[in-house]
Amino acid sequence: MSTLWKEFSKGLWTDLPPFKLVLGLCPTLAVTKTAYNGFGMGVAVIFVLALSNLLVSLLRKVIPAKVRIACFIVVAASLVVCVELLMQAYAYPLYQQLGIFVPLIVVNCIILGRAEAFASKNPILLSVADGLGMGLGYTLALTFLGSLRELFGYGTWFGMQVMGGWYEPFTFMVEAPGAFVCLGLILAGMNALTNWQRRSKGLAPVQGPGHDCKSCGMCACKE
Amino acid sequence: MDYFVLVIAAIFVNNIVLAQYLGNCPFIGTSKSSGVAIGMGLAVVFVATMAAAITWCVQKFLLAPYDLAYLQTIAFILVIAALVQFVEMFLKKAVPPLYKSLGIFLPLITTNCAVLGIAIICQRKEYGLVETVVFSLASGAGFLLALVVLAGIRERLDLARVPISLKGTPLALIMAGLMSLTFFAFKGMAS
Repeated sequence: MSTLWKEFSKGLWTDLPPFKLVLGLCPTLAVTKTAYNGFGMGVAVIFVLALSNLLVSLLRKVIPAKVRIACFIVVAASLVVCVELLMQAYAYPLYQQLGIFVPLIVVNCIILGRAEAFASKNPILLSVADGLGMGLGYTLALTFLGSLRELFGYGTWFGMQVMGGWYEPFTFMVEAPGAFVCLGLILAGMNALTNWQRRSKGLAPVQGPGHDCKSCGMCACKE
Repeated sequence: MDYFVLVIAAIFVNNIVLAQYLGNCPFIGTSKSSGVAIGMGLAVVFVATMAAAITWCVQKFLLAPYDLAYLQTIAFILVIAALVQFVEMFLKKAVPPLYKSLGIFLPLITTNCAVLGIAIICQRKEYGLVETVVFSLASGAGFLLALVVLAGIRERLDLARVPISLKGTPLALIMAGLMSLTFFAFKGMAS
């Protein structure tokens, strides 16, 4: 039970996908114009990630090592097609809002990265816990970034008016430049927090984790 | 003239990275030095153009006639994965010098969402084959441009003294934001 909880909870803070591992940046930037869109994307990713971890873990003894990447991609792509069809049926407005980024879940490095780094080596329950935790962390991160951008860009939160009539919406935040700057500042804030903790323990401050392509699944697979 | 507008729009107005948020992982990940950036950018131009042309044919002659449009995502990603593998093998055999400079970037490209993204955008905008090729070539060039410019900026930033918490990825993202702001000036033109 405790290992299950450990695998689940690491995605919520220590390995928080977009902010700590710096993975899956495109949707993080693109769909967080509003908190609701970020949340919707996150839920779609939870679905794909948990099920792909489940399937990859189930098949881990069957899949030959040489063609494993192709197999992971097929698993992820089939699940993404399911999500697309489900969203078209039950959440069509959201599907239109997210646009091209729904099919692009398949190339989100988190999916392949977790399949390669975790699910292909661990038993089923642990893999599902890992997928759920990572997905939930991703959802929280996207909702947080979406809330910030929506609050300052439109003066609303989940569509509810928050700022009073005096507030002049800061449109920069909901456009592309705002997304980059906002994410950069959040990452810097996370690093500053880590360094503050390290200093209080008497350790030297360190540079934050960089986005290294090696941390994404694809490179790790190509020795 | 139409193609000229298409090219300008794809490179500057709707830049694939800075305005459409595609391919951000390699954009941040491979922009530490300009040599690497040029290699990655060229590999993307090359693969994106081929992938868009082939997926266009797959859609037109395979998926559409048999009413299989809902399989688009899975078909496209498989075509791209196979294409990347094939290009890698071909370059290794036929053009070893090119393989030496581009080879390490090729496996990365399968999961580069710019490549799949360009192929899907071409379908959603219902481009013809020639338009698809021109558009994907120009989009790839836009990616190359943004990547090389950011790499140049980051090489200089390495020499600057910045707070340690900002060093690396956070500062790169903020720089990308400023570049995106510059490209924002083109918005509304040639659309």
